Amino acid sequence: MATKTQKTKREPKAAQSTAKDFKAAPINAQLSGEEKIELYRTILGIRRFEERSLQAYNQGKIGGFLHLYIGQEAVAAGVVSLMGPNDHIITAYRDHGHALAVGMSMNECMAEMFGKHTGCSKGKGGSMHFFAPDKNFWGGHGIVAGQTPLGAGLAFALKYKGLKGCAVCFLGDGAVNQGSFMETLNLVSLWDIPVVFVIENNGYSMGTSLARSSAKESLAQRAEGFNMEWEVCDGHDVFEVREVANRAMTRARDTHKPTLLEICTYRYRGHSVADANHEKYRTKEEIEEYKQTKDPINVLQAQLLADGTLDDQAAKKINLELKQQADQAAQFAEDSPVAPRSEIQTDVYWEVDNDSEGKLKGTYFFND
Amino acid sequence: MPLITYREAIKQALSEEIERDENVCIMGEEVAQYNGAYKVTEGLWNKYGDKRLIDTPISEAAFSGLAIGASALGIRPVIEMMFMSFSYVAIDQLFNNASFCRYMSGGLMHIPIVVRGPANGGTNVGATHSHTPENMVANHPGLKVVCPSNAYDAKGLMKAAIRDNDPVFVMENTLLYGEKWDVPEEEYIVELGVANILKEGADMTLVSHGRCAMLSLNAAKTLEQEHDISVEVVDLRSIRPLDETTILNSVKKTGRALLVEENKPYCGVDAQISHIIQLKAFDYLDAPIHRVSAIDAPQVYAKELEDWQIPNEERIIKRALELMA
Repeated sequence: MATKTQKTKREPKAAQSTAKDFKAAPINAQLSGEEKIELYRTILGIRRFEERSLQAYNQGKIGGFLHLYIGQEAVAAGVVSLMGPNDHIITAYRDHGHALAVGMSMNECMAEMFGKHTGCSKGKGGSMHFFAPDKNFWGGHGIVAGQTPLGAGLAFALKYKGLKGCAVCFLGDGAVNQGSFMETLNLVSLWDIPVVFVIENNGYSMGTSLARSSAKESLAQRAEGFNMEWEVCDGHDVFEVREVANRAMTRARDTHKPTLLEICTYRYRGHSVADANHEKYRTKEEIEEYKQTKDPINVLQAQLLADGTLDDQAAKKINLELKQQADQAAQFAEDSPVAPRSEIQTDVYWEVDNDSEGKLKGTYFFND
Repeated sequence: MPLITYREAIKQALSEEIERDENVCIMGEEVAQYNGAYKVTEGLWNKYGDKRLIDTPISEAAFSGLAIGASALGIRPVIEMMFMSFSYVAIDQLFNNASFCRYMSGGLMHIPIVVRGPANGGTNVGATHSHTPENMVANHPGLKVVCPSNAYDAKGLMKAAIRDNDPVFVMENTLLYGEKWDVPEEEYIVELGVANILKEGADMTLVSHGRCAMLSLNAAKTLEQEHDISVEVVDLRSIRPLDETTILNSVKKTGRALLVEENKPYCGVDAQISHIIQLKAFDYLDAPIHRVSAIDAPQVYAKELEDWQIPNEERIIKRALELMA
């Protein structure tokens, strides 16, 4: 049965009461102190990395767009912490958090944003297009909802090969109104494809609020139209994210059944850094309320301090380490070279890049 | 050598590749239980079952994207567009994701899919079902595109496309599906990027692809018999990669080039080929490069008009004679 209780972020909920609900769930109760601290490091690391990248963007070191994940960190950290060797993830353009959560280094991510050869995509993808197939992370995709059928495809491949695993495909609340996503929901339910779609509902598709963009407030409930399981939860408590996502991922692995999750979260910054007017489509008070009551770092830190996993001194030390790592990443990116111009035409065709014996026929590139 | 249809040749290629590689599967609308809208996959579902022949809902964007995602993990899907015109509702998947994921990942991801289906006019179905988007595909670095003009090439190019580690579009032609050619029983591959000289000649080169190459061949025979003009016919087979060498060698030999394609002329494939010829064989040209393309308007429905809109032998011969004058 699908979970029908719908929570929205409009219901105020104190961080501490959330902690009582979810930290005791079996998937969380089994975590060692070390593993809990690792979750904390991931969430905090994403925050410190993005703050440093914002600084670099404002200094003109990073071009293009910068879509910050600040405020949403517990979603990626929680889901990724549940991944097994046959689980894969894919996301949209707000991808820094997912990339760091799977274990990509701050150096390669920062260098990518600086457009440097040492970046994860050699400076060919930029902020929106981080990839790490060796860590089962398939991007980083720039077009809203464009990654959703790809996520289904990753899961299709697992089932085709008889591997027990699942794919988790992240998308924003703005992506739910794209045709490709709705086509994909039909397909994955029709074919029993082991995929979990995670709508990271931060309330705004760029500058348009949920109420102004979606006909029905519950986004996950659309799953019912596709005969598919769904669930809604809050995203500021990493233990709640883990509890709910674990249910969906286990279902996918065990039964191949897909799930549509809606995780209510919040971004503190604009859609991208260029969205300087983000206080015009929402109130300062709304942003402040989140920061005060639902900040994923504070919520987790309070729980870890309360149960003795962490003390103030250790928390400060971790914070300092991560801040230094982010600073070092910016320095690494700064010091790294841009790829040579000859790199413009590599990584276009597999067959060209792997034609060490010169056997390929015909012209592949049409230069002036 | 058995005489088989273009349709049968493609089916043989699909069947042989399904047998050769367990990761090859066919996906599309009506490809399995219905036996294919144009019967290209007839009998394959009976033979190979649900895992290898997969009927999809009418959701080109979803199944194209699904094929791309699956290919990243080693599946080699061959997706059928009932008409290549229908790929237009999957543009983001095919022209952003299939073409650019490798690049944007710095070479970490590759997408070994085949997108196949008929891409032609001349069938009296109006503008929405008559696209020839090989030019559009070729305009996207990362994609490859081939346009087989006969059964032999259709089979050999399809097998090459399926084995290729990059996304390849195979543009078929409904007007050729029932035509027959000699196709050997033993296995063969037609490599991408190798043009075929259908007929040798000395006075003029016709460069063409797809069904237009066959029209060009017929026109060349008429020009030779009735007008004593010796015409060489180059069938490109593969648009990207492109066999520039064969084109240029032929034009350097004959001194005249007439480019024939079913595309609309503006930014068509032949616009690029014309540029290459003038850049690299300018001094060999005895006349301006001429083109015969579809008459530049949306595809017209009325059969008599459409038969005139797309290239035909009469238009090719007329333009060839002007070029020789």
